[in-house]
Amino acid sequence: MTYEFLQQYWWFLVSLLGALLVFLLFVQGANSLMFSLGRDEEERRMIINSTGRKWEITFTTLVTFGGAFFASFPLFYSTSFGGAYWLWMIILFSFVVQAVSYEFQNKLGNILGKRTFQWFLIINGIIGPLLLGGAVGTFFNGSSFIVEKDNLISGIMPVISYWGNAGHGLDALLNPWNLVLGFAVLFLARVLGILYIMNNVEDENIRCRGSVLLIGNSVPFVILFVAFLVHVFVKDGYAVEPETGVIFIEPYKYLHNFTDMWYLLIIMLAGVAMVLYGIIRTIVSKSYIRGIWPAGAGTVLTVLCILLCAGWNNTAYYPSDIDLQSSLTIANSCSSEFTLYTMAVVSLFIPFVLAYIVHAWHVMDRRKIDKKEISEGEAY
Amino acid sequence: MTDFLLNIDTAAIDWARAQFALTAIYHWLFVPLTLGLALIMGIMETCYYRTKKQFWKDATRFWQKLFGINFAMGIATGIILEFEFGTNWSNYSWFVGDIFGAPLAIEGIIAFFLESTFVAVMFFGWQKVSAGFHLAATWLTGIGATFSAWWILVANAWMQYPVGCTFNPDTMRNEMTSFAEVALSPFAVNKFCHTVTSAWIIGALFVVAVSCYYLFRKREKELAIESIKIGSIVGLAASLLAIHTGDGSAYQISKVQPMKLAAMEALYDGGTDQGLTAIALVNPFSQPEYEKGGEPPMRISIPYALSFLATRDIHGYVPGVNDILKGGYPKADGTKEMTMDEKIKNGRQAVIALQEFRHLNALERQNQLGGDGCQRREALKRVLNEKMPYFGYGFIKEKSQLVPYIPLCFYSFRIMVGLGTLFVVFFMAMLLVAYRKKDVTAKWMLITGMALLPLGYIASECGWLVAEFGRQPWAIQDMMPTWVGVSNIGSGSIMITFMIFLALFTTLLAVEISILIKAIKKGPDRE
Repeated sequence: MTYEFLQQYWWFLVSLLGALLVFLLFVQGANSLMFSLGRDEEERRMIINSTGRKWEITFTTLVTFGGAFFASFPLFYSTSFGGAYWLWMIILFSFVVQAVSYEFQNKLGNILGKRTFQWFLIINGIIGPLLLGGAVGTFFNGSSFIVEKDNLISGIMPVISYWGNAGHGLDALLNPWNLVLGFAVLFLARVLGILYIMNNVEDENIRCRGSVLLIGNSVPFVILFVAFLVHVFVKDGYAVEPETGVIFIEPYKYLHNFTDMWYLLIIMLAGVAMVLYGIIRTIVSKSYIRGIWPAGAGTVLTVLCILLCAGWNNTAYYPSDIDLQSSLTIANSCSSEFTLYTMAVVSLFIPFVLAYIVHAWHVMDRRKIDKKEISEGEAY
Repeated sequence: MTDFLLNIDTAAIDWARAQFALTAIYHWLFVPLTLGLALIMGIMETCYYRTKKQFWKDATRFWQKLFGINFAMGIATGIILEFEFGTNWSNYSWFVGDIFGAPLAIEGIIAFFLESTFVAVMFFGWQKVSAGFHLAATWLTGIGATFSAWWILVANAWMQYPVGCTFNPDTMRNEMTSFAEVALSPFAVNKFCHTVTSAWIIGALFVVAVSCYYLFRKREKELAIESIKIGSIVGLAASLLAIHTGDGSAYQISKVQPMKLAAMEALYDGGTDQGLTAIALVNPFSQPEYEKGGEPPMRISIPYALSFLATRDIHGYVPGVNDILKGGYPKADGTKEMTMDEKIKNGRQAVIALQEFRHLNALERQNQLGGDGCQRREALKRVLNEKMPYFGYGFIKEKSQLVPYIPLCFYSFRIMVGLGTLFVVFFMAMLLVAYRKKDVTAKWMLITGMALLPLGYIASECGWLVAEFGRQPWAIQDMMPTWVGVSNIGSGSIMITFMIFLALFTTLLAVEISILIKAIKKGPDRE
């Protein structure tokens, strides 16, 4: 295995984790619609119990995404988290309040009241996907940072990565295209959330409402997603000269990436088709409740291809718009060959991990959530 | 010789440290109970699996309910720690991310998924999966949590005792050279054993305290007695193991972090035949004037004990704060420790050599590096190989920066050890009463059982205070002081996030305690 191969491989794994995370944001999407999908406390409780059996997987995927980025691309980890401080902190705060909301909301002794924790779930349900999407938008639209490794020994200010403005990450939200992607991810999460709840909760009223809400959330999702995709296809991109590591602006870079890596384009289009199939068939057919599976798998494929397009084929995946040469590429931001190799060995555990998650998920979901389940069985 | 005009906002460093301390201390309020209760629940569910007695199922489910309330807080306070290295310690994250990132990623891949997948089966799977699968899920949740402790403690141990890496001047960072040395570092093994056994003590104290409450109220007698038996066995075994591993830990510290040991002991001037201070009057509110020498007033010590603890020889030499600041004292292997002036000189030479090396690299990029330059660069590489282990000393302005805050280390250490010893006695007494009299009714004993729970948490947190304050100023021992590891964020921003964390975690802690108390008062559900 060459160093270049390991770099590409780890970009693939990080992209895969990101793609799985976007799929798993169905937890957030469904929570954000808690009051529209569930009209009374009992219905809401079913929804919360349904997402409540999956939220830890989403949460863990986010944490592992952070850990894997740290191990494989530490310069991204230090530059982005340390620079776009507020963007990441707000995302993290929203996940902190989410983590206790399931366990605490229906317990005796909850001195903040049930509503507080329901609102925590909704806040996380909106802020989480929106800002994560916005953060991914900067992979294409650029951020304001400078990396100067000699700072460490300059004797004045030792920090090597610093942000170019006082926004510390919130500046990402001033770029409309980051917002477009952020809202696209939010509406996608809501679409997936609806599809998941329709599948996982056995309740006629919720399913009927789901069908209606699905239309209202799919339309903005499709419009925003297509808009972002077109924007990416026509915009200038950040390319890197592989021999010298010099970064330069290349017109239509991302379009070129998709034509150079045509297989990604095919997989992505297949993914998009699967998402649309899952949505449309659920809307059209009353008895069809398995839309989450094609739409979920399609989401993973689509996001995977978009993230691969951002990093593969000599592209700077984390571009700096104030100092082009500070932009991060998978080659200049990755770990040493030894570490990437070691971690590649560790990554052989991943199929095993996926297998037991799927098995446990399957066993636990054999019986759908219904009113009887939450009144008699174990429930939040 | 360069003199650093480090232009970092000192308030930003203090707030970043405060924020890390706050989030880590809060996280550690919940983790030990997770680790400890997981073991006790596992034992109880195994009893149920083997005997099929309904009693054991009810008992398991009761403790699992309390486990779940606490577990949620552990997760909520844990996520931030995964990202805080990047947000607040970005320079650190680049400088050693090649080594430090790996255990964090492995923790996610191997441990967190195990924990988060099977915890859902454990809570919601009683009627959905077979008894055997459920038992496996309960144990796997605990094993996942314990694996996660392993990897995060590997990471922590590495900061205290950096091994298995080398500095690469081209990339300006440390790079891993041996995964085995990092993952199986003796410091990590000992830290893991000491930390996990101490967590089991908390689990045992919790179970015993809740059971004592029931006996005090004269209810749930069977549950309480059986829980006390299991809890006390676990607690006694864990306390004895914690003492054993703690002793090993002190021995290791004496070798790799002598300043921490000196600060723990408030030992200003060392020597041979050192006694272990049992208690002394160290002003808790200000750094003592160690440079004047002598020993703290009212000192009562156990003769020869410190020498034995640190060197395994009652006549062994233990350096004090002033000896370490001066250097040149004899080491156990017969050699002499380098003087501190020399370490600082080496550190500065490393910095200067690195500056020149980077300059030559820049020239090379512009194709202006001639043959002389190449030779010079090779020579610099050799200098760096030799001097980089002292790199961190290049950032030290005054030697006093090398001394941690002694009163905190001194008292935390004493509280931890004193309470640890008390727990051994307590669990022994509990066991004796529970097994011989079959009935624990003595009121003083029940009150003691309840009162010891908060002391358990205090002892546990004190252990971390010793470990983390004792290594100041180092983020990474000898390689990077805290003020070089920070991010370039204004102190205002960090102060605001600190306040948000403080308010949020404190509020949620209040809710958690309130819910726990209600759940305990309600008692176990019976099928």
